[in-house]
Amino acid sequence: MQPSALAPAAVARASTPAPSSSSSPRRGRGRRRAARRAGLGALGIVLFVGVWQLVPTAGLLDGRYFPPPTAVLPRLATDLGDLEFWRNIRRTMSTWAIGLVVATSAATVLATVIGLVPFLRSATHTTVEFLRPIPSVALIPLCVLVFGIQPQAALVIIVFASFWQVFVQVLYGVADVDSVARDTARSFGLGRWSRVRHLVLPTALPYLMTGVRLAAAVALILAITAEMFIGNPGLGRALIFAQSAGDYPQVYALVIATGLLGLGVNLVFRLVERRALSWHQSVRGEEVP
Amino acid sequence: MTTSSGAVARSRPRHRTWQRLVGGAGFALGLPVVLLLVWGIWASFAVSPFFPSPLVIGDAFVSTWVGPSFLQDVLPSLARLAVGAALSILLGVVLGTVIGLVRWLGDLLEPLLEFLRAIPPPVLIPIVAVLLGPTDAMKITVIVAGSLWPVLLNTIDGVRATDAVMTETARSFSLTRTERLRYLVLPAASPRIMTGVRQALSIALILMVISEMFFSSSGLGYRIVYFQRNYLIDQMWGGIVLLGLIGVLLAVVFSLVERRVLRWYHGTKEVARA
Repeated sequence: MQPSALAPAAVARASTPAPSSSSSPRRGRGRRRAARRAGLGALGIVLFVGVWQLVPTAGLLDGRYFPPPTAVLPRLATDLGDLEFWRNIRRTMSTWAIGLVVATSAATVLATVIGLVPFLRSATHTTVEFLRPIPSVALIPLCVLVFGIQPQAALVIIVFASFWQVFVQVLYGVADVDSVARDTARSFGLGRWSRVRHLVLPTALPYLMTGVRLAAAVALILAITAEMFIGNPGLGRALIFAQSAGDYPQVYALVIATGLLGLGVNLVFRLVERRALSWHQSVRGEEVP
Repeated sequence: MTTSSGAVARSRPRHRTWQRLVGGAGFALGLPVVLLLVWGIWASFAVSPFFPSPLVIGDAFVSTWVGPSFLQDVLPSLARLAVGAALSILLGVVLGTVIGLVRWLGDLLEPLLEFLRAIPPPVLIPIVAVLLGPTDAMKITVIVAGSLWPVLLNTIDGVRATDAVMTETARSFSLTRTERLRYLVLPAASPRIMTGVRQALSIALILMVISEMFFSSSGLGYRIVYFQRNYLIDQMWGGIVLLGLIGVLLAVVFSLVERRVLRWYHGTKEVARA
């Protein structure tokens, strides 16, 4: 595993300005370019919806099982006015949030401790490398047996999957502490705790943010997967119910809803990452030509 | 302390390497062995139906998976995984290169791709299952629909980030379009592509399992759910262990391939760091 190949790349992706952030003072040319991009992007979505409409209309796929947007989008609008839909979103998002918080805090604490103690780092290396690639969905049957169809079953899977994302990133981050800075801190007589507070955590923060962003996406995927296949209430279960009822416009509406949810999570975490690392980006900007 | 041990090492180097080897093996195997022992002892005292001891699981693992069921369930699953992963890598790299090189195409598709990527792939299973039926094509479609995105988006980013000076140089040395692709764009994008492939592989494995757990009558995922529904706990654990082993194997193979493909890249980074 090459840590450095993943981590900086992920940080770098976050640092590329999103098309929407044209608030910085730019010249008219840049603004025109941004407008062009937004226009083309909107056109792309319109084209996609157009093709989607044509496929069932032209009879390429059966309209009963592949409903056109004229059936799906009104359905989504109806859902948006339905309280049960929002309750399902709340259920999904609260499982997601609890799982993400538990996984992130456990992973951050464990990875910081393990990363700072060389003995622990080498003692846990093989165990981590063996546990990490285990596909979390393999645990679904076990969780169903142990917890039944309760939210705990979903939580175990979410925590297991998102834990490793954060853990590995923080481990790299802690290992990335500059040795000169560490020696300096030590010779200035900083205690163990203040070294962690002022040196290790700031160094690991970009890695932590990358890990949390990845973990948030993974946790959402698994929260919905668990609802689909374990059957604890939420968007995923509503989707399975709609499918077994043969209500395909509703299935597609829910798929779009989950996509929007995922998009929202990605955007929010990218924003948080850029906020939290504004100091870091400026430092990078000076160092990297 | 350090100086004295250094002196000892110089006088008896052989002893030292031997010690280091044993120490390395101890570090590598120590914790797993301890964990397995604790699990075994705990399982034999607190008898829980859901957590059999490692020995029982090992037994069930061998009796379940070694033999004809390897051909019946494991190999087809692995084949679907391989086809799905290969298709998504191929599609992702080809489409990503085109989208990355053609600016207006990238602008046109970017918001759409961001949305499609954000859809949790398992929700596509009910949709694809009803369109294609419980066939191999459905499982492969699901795998591709989920694991295409990391490769595609990373390829786009990598192709776009090709060094501008190098592009100009290649142009002024009048390299043809294919030559530019072969010797400049693809190598420049390969670190990002490999990052995408790594993510794609783990997603592909997850989707292989889920797509077999439901709407299916064969394969690894199906077998595990079958064992669970029939309370064959030991066999179910054996299946989980097998999935874990496949995951580990995939990671090992990937890191070997990555090291080969990106040898030049890690080399230049080390030079830059020194």
